[in-house]
Amino acid sequence: MTTPTRDDLIDFVYEEARMLDDGRFDEWLDLWTHDSYYWMPLDYNQEDAKHVTSLLHEDAFMRKLRVERFKGERTFSQKPKTRCHHVLNRPFIDHMDEEKGEYVTHTAFHYVETRLDDQILLAATARHELKLIEGKLKITHKRVDLLNSDAAFGNIQMFL
Amino acid sequence: MSRYANNPQAIRNLIRPTEVHRDVYIDQEVFELEMKYLFANTWVFVGHESQTPNKGDYFTTEIGTQPVIMVRHSDNEIYVLHNRCPHKGTKIAIDRTGNTGKFFRCPYHAWSFKTNGCLLAIPLRKGYKDTGLEESESVHGMAPVGAVKNYRGFIFARLNKDGPDFESFFGESLSSFDNMVDRSPEGRLEVAGPPLRYMHRCNWKMLVENQTDTCHPMVAHESSAGTAIDLWEKMDKPEGTQKPMAMEVIAPFMSPYEFFENMGIRTWPNGHGHTGVHHSIHSDYSAIPGYFEQMVEAYGEERAKAILGENRHNTVYFPNIMIKGPIQQLRLFTPIAADKTLVESYIYRLVGAPDMLLERTAMYNRMINAPTSMVGHDDLEMYERAQEGLHSDGLEWVNVQRLYQEGENFDEITVENGTTERQMRNQFHAWEKYMTLTMEGDAQ
Ligand code: FES
Ligand SMILES: [Fe+2]
Repeated sequence: MTTPTRDDLIDFVYEEARMLDDGRFDEWLDLWTHDSYYWMPLDYNQEDAKHVTSLLHEDAFMRKLRVERFKGERTFSQKPKTRCHHVLNRPFIDHMDEEKGEYVTHTAFHYVETRLDDQILLAATARHELKLIEGKLKITHKRVDLLNSDAAFGNIQMFL
Repeated sequence: MSRYANNPQAIRNLIRPTEVHRDVYIDQEVFELEMKYLFANTWVFVGHESQTPNKGDYFTTEIGTQPVIMVRHSDNEIYVLHNRCPHKGTKIAIDRTGNTGKFFRCPYHAWSFKTNGCLLAIPLRKGYKDTGLEESESVHGMAPVGAVKNYRGFIFARLNKDGPDFESFFGESLSSFDNMVDRSPEGRLEVAGPPLRYMHRCNWKMLVENQTDTCHPMVAHESSAGTAIDLWEKMDKPEGTQKPMAMEVIAPFMSPYEFFENMGIRTWPNGHGHTGVHHSIHSDYSAIPGYFEQMVEAYGEERAKAILGENRHNTVYFPNIMIKGPIQQLRLFTPIAADKTLVESYIYRLVGAPDMLLERTAMYNRMINAPTSMVGHDDLEMYERAQEGLHSDGLEWVNVQRLYQEGENFDEITVENGTTERQMRNQFHAWEKYMTLTMEGDAQ
């Protein structure tokens, strides 16, 4: 890919969600740049990821840890394993900078997570900051805002 | 069928020196009695004064299952009022936090109240002329709780008017609060953002017990902490690379039993106690540039060293909070039902200290205590399995016998092997005491 089209960007966001639903986590990890962050704020319109609490603010090491933990023999909260399911609205393309190869998308989605007899449904929006690197789109930053980020949840075990 | 109401002996029978009956965790009647007696007779944490910095600022929360409002009145004092309109019961405030100005106004019929609760006005007051309103309880306005104490910025309340005074209830255990606050060069903390909120389908006491359970981290958290250590070791990195902050936070959860045995547990009367007497999982964090110098300037070198040398891990204040001094955190376990507990994890800024300290505090909170945290997941899994397992008729008693010594005296302060379950026994001793303190009748 030299310059991604709008469709390429949209496909990327859909494919990422499908990887998570399919449990293809190693492939998913490869979508990210090494210095990228995955952020889930705790507060509505939160600006500061570092000096107040977030639900998640994870770098490459922490994301990898999460994936390895899923696979672990002694990961008790993953016996049996959680499954997830994404339903995405068509992403908006908020920003395209072809010169720099930088793109921003905004996607509303519903996320379902299930384990044993429990199922939770979350509504969220994702903001992807993408960069074209050696002909491939990579995530440099992903922000997921839960509609009810300030509600009291039980375990939310997978990536949104 | 009421088995426990007005039957202090039946309550006492639930606690044996080394065992606790399962009804303490799963029986709804016991739960309701806890709300009526235990949470009314003890000093319960409400909030931090920095959550209501200005006059008229309020914050809504619960003491046990009682809805209350913490509010800063025009005299700058903090009041804790029952969140209930004296007219027909409507909750006055439902926002978690806000500013009400000079008075509260009930949204139903517009009775209004000063921020200390006193009735200010009733619309169409003449309708009450000659009805004897002066004699009704409603005329007093929003009822304040029995007693309130601001301890170095932390607000505690006792629902009952009479009962143990604050100092004798907490005694020397307040040293953990002192240490946490003294870690600020200005001796002041400020809440940093909203708390994490995490719903647990288990009894609130399982959480409180877990705060001094030092035999579970290397087992339950092997999946996250153990995996983190493996990953870090296998990573390609130049010799002598500094561990990232996240590794410093998570790795000590895998410390061996010996580490926890040697850290020690101190128990205080009335159910309070702490892990980490000699060292803790927080001991080996890297120094934050400039912080020690600020502390020396504020306190002098000797005192600064003494403050920072305390590495208390978890301090439990009975009944339902835990604080972590070295990481400036407070966790509140609010009971909702016998099998349902809301956990809120607050963090505080050390006023005057470098931001990097707060960064570590926030990181700790989200990594360990969030509903999205890998570490919290396995704890919750264990509590919920316990809550379900206790319904098995295979055995009615829960064992808390580790390092038990005959004739334990919980009025004495002790320091013991860090894997003792004495602190849990201490809590149940206090539980029994405050459950039955004002309970009527000794019917056998
Ligand atoms: S219920 Fe509050 S004024 Fe009527
Ligand atoms: Fe734990």
